[in-house]
Order: sequence, then structure tokens, then C-alpha cells
Amino acid sequence: MEKWPNNKAWFLVLPAFIIVAFSGIIPLMTVVNYSIQDIFGPGEAVFVGTEWFKEMLGNHRLHDALWRQFMFSGLVLLIEIPLGILIALAMPKRGWGVSASLVILALPLVIPWNVIGTIWIIFTRPDIGLFGVGINSLDLLEVPFDHTAKPIYAWITLLAMEVWHWTPLVALLAYAGLRAIPEAYFQAAKIDGASAWATFLYIQLPKMRGVLTIAVLLRWMDSFLIYAEPFALTGGGPGNTTTFLSIYLVKLATMQFDLGPAAAFSLIYFLIVLLFSFAFYQALLNVGRGEKA
Amino acid sequence: MSLEWMYWTGTTAIFFTTIFLMLVGMLIWELVSPTVERRGFFLIPTTRGTRFFLGLLGSAYIHLAWLGLTDLPLWYATGISVVWVVIAIRWG
Repeated sequence: MEKWPNNKAWFLVLPAFIIVAFSGIIPLMTVVNYSIQDIFGPGEAVFVGTEWFKEMLGNHRLHDALWRQFMFSGLVLLIEIPLGILIALAMPKRGWGVSASLVILALPLVIPWNVIGTIWIIFTRPDIGLFGVGINSLDLLEVPFDHTAKPIYAWITLLAMEVWHWTPLVALLAYAGLRAIPEAYFQAAKIDGASAWATFLYIQLPKMRGVLTIAVLLRWMDSFLIYAEPFALTGGGPGNTTTFLSIYLVKLATMQFDLGPAAAFSLIYFLIVLLFSFAFYQALLNVGRGEKA
Repeated sequence: MSLEWMYWTGTTAIFFTTIFLMLVGMLIWELVSPTVERRGFFLIPTTRGTRFFLGLLGSAYIHLAWLGLTDLPLWYATGISVVWVVIAIRWG
């Protein structure tokens, strides 16, 4: 590859870098500083070394929250990505149906998180909610449905809410990817007599790799950092069964005001997100690399 | 500009200075001899920068594992990390 002689274009990145420095790097440095001190008040801090990290690494509530978080994010990806692709495949390709389905899909995306929590609380209430009353009138469940009654109910409600809220994003991204495939590919597939499944597997799926990378990364990070929805819906309960990492972190930092442990916890959290995002990004970047695009 | 709210300590100042100097070092190295993408034991095509990133990330995990699993001084973990970063950049 020929090297460009003038690299001054890098200076155009400078504004973005300065913004990131203020919004990301300086706060991160502050968190690192917090994580090795016990801060009692303004100007009163005692150096404690790695004590908070040791405490947090051995903290069972953190371990539990971490497993719950992995389970939740894993389920979210397993449900939302295939479902989003299915919806995108089923969407009309021309005519008024395109605009109609785009608007309907975009609706959940424009509702604020806390409102979504409230909507789902009302929707699943066993006394007035459409879903709650509906499923209870079928008389199938041993314990009447109420998202505060059993951990499994809380999980189902949370997952349903998350899927309802964010699958449209995956669908819209997948749809954009599908629409960008030149018609010639499908004509060639037709000439070869390829089945719908083969067309999907060898044309549509590989061509969607770029948008699916973004979808997986966004959904992974968002669901791994999820806070507002479980906070609004369950507040982490029943018991601690829906206490995800961020909920536990906020409890630690702002309710108990344990800034040091919370900072150590944040950094561990940050490292996990960093590792997984890198792994996902690389995996999706390198799938099928080497074959002709 | 007062930086009191950041609660700087000598330890973290040294930590960040080291990271910064390593980044500057990587920059100079890159200017002297530009990196070529290749595949090593990470099995993915990596540039020197990617390997350095993985080296640092791995070092963080090595330190955390050391803290969580043993009561020995953290300096051993730092030693292992240095070896790890060198291995990652050389053969990764």
C-alpha cells in the first residue's frame, strides 16, 4: 500500500479527541483515583491501595449480579438478533407498506426508558393490565402472574420489555443491510435455482455482516449496561433476582455512598465490557474474511 | 484550574504517566518502522497497536486475578504482565 505523504488530516480528529478526553478519559482517571482511596468528604481521603479491588473481587453479590448480567445479555442477543433478521426479511420491499412498517417499528425506539418501565408495569398488572388479567384469566399458572411475585415472572417481563423495545433497532439495521444488496445477486441466485434458504445463507447473511456487527455490539453493550428498565420495573427485585451490575453499582455508589468500592467495581465492569466488545467486534469483523465481498 | 476533585495520588499519577509514555513510545516506534498487519497466536489479523491493547487489557486481568486468587504481593503480577505484554507484541 502506498503511504500518503501528508498526514495533516489527523488534526481533524483532534476536536473529537478533546471531547472524548473530557467526557471519557478524565472521568475514568478520576474513577481510578477514587478506587484506591477511602474518601470521607471533600479533601479527606485515605490511601487504601488495592483493598477495594480485593473486597469487590470477593463480593458474592457482585458475582451473582455478574452472572445474572451475562444471562440477561446472552438471552437478549439470542432473541433479538434472529427475531430482528426475521422481521427485516418479512418486511415489504416497495409500496406504502415500507413507510408504514418503518414507522411502526420506530415507535418503541422513541419512547423514553422510564416511560417504557411504567407502560410495562401497567401492562402486566394482575388487576388492570391487559397482559396480567389476560394470562391470569386463562388459569394456567400455579401462582397468578404478577411481575413481583416470582423471579421467573420478573425475568419474563423484563426480557419481553427489552425485546419489545430494542428488536426494532435490530430489524431496522438488518432491513437497511438487506436493501443495500444489489438486485443482480438475487437474479444470479434465481438462475442457479438456489432455494430461499441458500439465498439467505450465502447472499443475505454475509451481506448483512456489517450492520449485524453494529447491532450485536449495540445490543450487547446496552443490555450489559442496562439500568433504567429494571430500575423502573422491578427495582432489582423480587429479592435480588433482577439486580444487574449497574443497579448494584448505583446502590453502592449513591445510596450507600461507598465511592471507593463503587469505583473499583466500575473499573472491573469497564474491563469486562471492553474485553467482550473487542471480542465481538473482532469475531464479526473476521467472519468470512478472505472471501470476496 | 484546581484538580482537587480528581483526588490524585502519587500511585495513580505514576500509573497514568507510564501508560502515556508507553503510548508515546508506541507512536515513535510506529513512525520509525510502521507496523504490518499479521496473524500470530491471537489468530486474528493484528497490528502492533492491537497487540499492545491486548497486552494492556491482559495485564489488567492478570492483576485482578492475582488480587482475587492470591495474597502474594501485587508486584509478581506486574512482573508477569510485563512478560505478557512483550509476548503479546512479539508473537501475538
